[in-house]
Amino acid sequence: MCLGIPGRVEKVEDNRAKVSFGEVSVAVSLDLLAEPVSAGDYVIVHAGFALERLDEEEAQRTLEMLREISELETR
Amino acid sequence: MKHVDEYRDSGLSAAVAGRIRKLSTRPASFMEFCGGHTATIARYGLESLLPAQISLLSGPGCPVCVTPVGMIDRMIALARLPGMIVASYGDMLRVPGSASSLLVERGRGSADVRVVYSSYDALEAARSNPGRQVVFFGIGFETTAPATAAVVLKARELGVDNFSVVSAHKTTPGIIRALLDSDEVKLDGLICPGHVSVITGTAPYRYAAEQRRVPCVICGFEPLDVLQSVLMLVEQVESHRAGVEIQYRRGVREQGNEKARRLMDEVFEPADSVWRGIGTVPGTGLSLRPELSRWDALARYRLDLPEPQEPAGCICGKILRGAASPEECRLFGSRCTPATPVGACMVSGEGACQVRYRWRRHPA
Ligand code: SF4
Repeated sequence: MCLGIPGRVEKVEDNRAKVSFGEVSVAVSLDLLAEPVSAGDYVIVHAGFALERLDEEEAQRTLEMLREISELETR
Repeated sequence: MKHVDEYRDSGLSAAVAGRIRKLSTRPASFMEFCGGHTATIARYGLESLLPAQISLLSGPGCPVCVTPVGMIDRMIALARLPGMIVASYGDMLRVPGSASSLLVERGRGSADVRVVYSSYDALEAARSNPGRQVVFFGIGFETTAPATAAVVLKARELGVDNFSVVSAHKTTPGIIRALLDSDEVKLDGLICPGHVSVITGTAPYRYAAEQRRVPCVICGFEPLDVLQSVLMLVEQVESHRAGVEIQYRRGVREQGNEKARRLMDEVFEPADSVWRGIGTVPGTGLSLRPELSRWDALARYRLDLPEPQEPAGCICGKILRGAASPEECRLFGSRCTPATPVGACMVSGEGACQVRYRWRRHPA
């Protein structure tokens, strides 16, 4: 129920966007977003609404941290 | 898929698990509040990667599970009214009420019940059926409550009068507090719900961390997210810290989504709410503000209903409090299965009983 899925914004029209999840794409409301998104952005989608834009930099930082742990552990 | 597959890497998972095993020196029980986490943990067998002294408990964060029998009975009674259309997220159809479910009613032809993906689809149903009434069954935590708020405001804007909502929404801060204050289970850490936190930010967990000294980590939904969150909890436990940390940084901002919260505030006010197996918890529900009562199905349709009947033998409530596991239920896997659910925890893909059944038991 509370499972949001990250999807890629393909097209924005007014307050709606076409968002793709791999093969499937759905129409999603942008009414809950404070800032505009554009094609190429990733958003968390839940029950037909985008809840938030995914922060690419933070995502990279998290993965970097995981890789560092891995290097330490496998050394 | 981007923002998904990166967090399923088995090599990285093994490394994070290795680090956890090295750091962990004492027994610790962590509760995953959210059923989505329960599902990730079971599906990827994460418990088997953790040291035996770390145990994970499921919490009350499965919206389908915590919706009480009385609310299901009310929706069934509404659905039976002449000319009525009830629109609901899919899982709610199968939840057993005292004597029936929305799905059974639909099968019998005694009710027009429609599954919707989004609250806006329910409003569409009202606009394309002007001669009939449509009631949207709004359930879920802060993740779905803004979507219900948005549709109420849209109905007002468009002047749609044959549409209303039942708000069975619940909010997290009060229930976390109630769980900790009941002292029924002792927790050494909370794995906090990622998508609720996208909306709420860190505020709901301050009580746990600051007043009760229970470490909190806001966690994403992929296996590496959960493992990293457990690692972050272990680090807090081992260094005697208790703070609110965010592992799910790509999705959650410290202050949450303020716009979504403003919409919620415009439409809802806090109310007491009944939780299955827990009872009434003050301030953990959301009811429509009086000025929006035209769209409040609970105000529009006052129905007298008999006392709800809990399913006999079901210990779902105890499981939702983290005080029992599904195997302790005598009906688990015998009379109660995903195909024939006796209690709500077997209905949802995030319910502790269904998760346990699907990923631990392999019936012939
Ligand atoms: S197995 Fe079924 S009857 Fe038993 S607690 Fe879970 S949902 Fe209830």
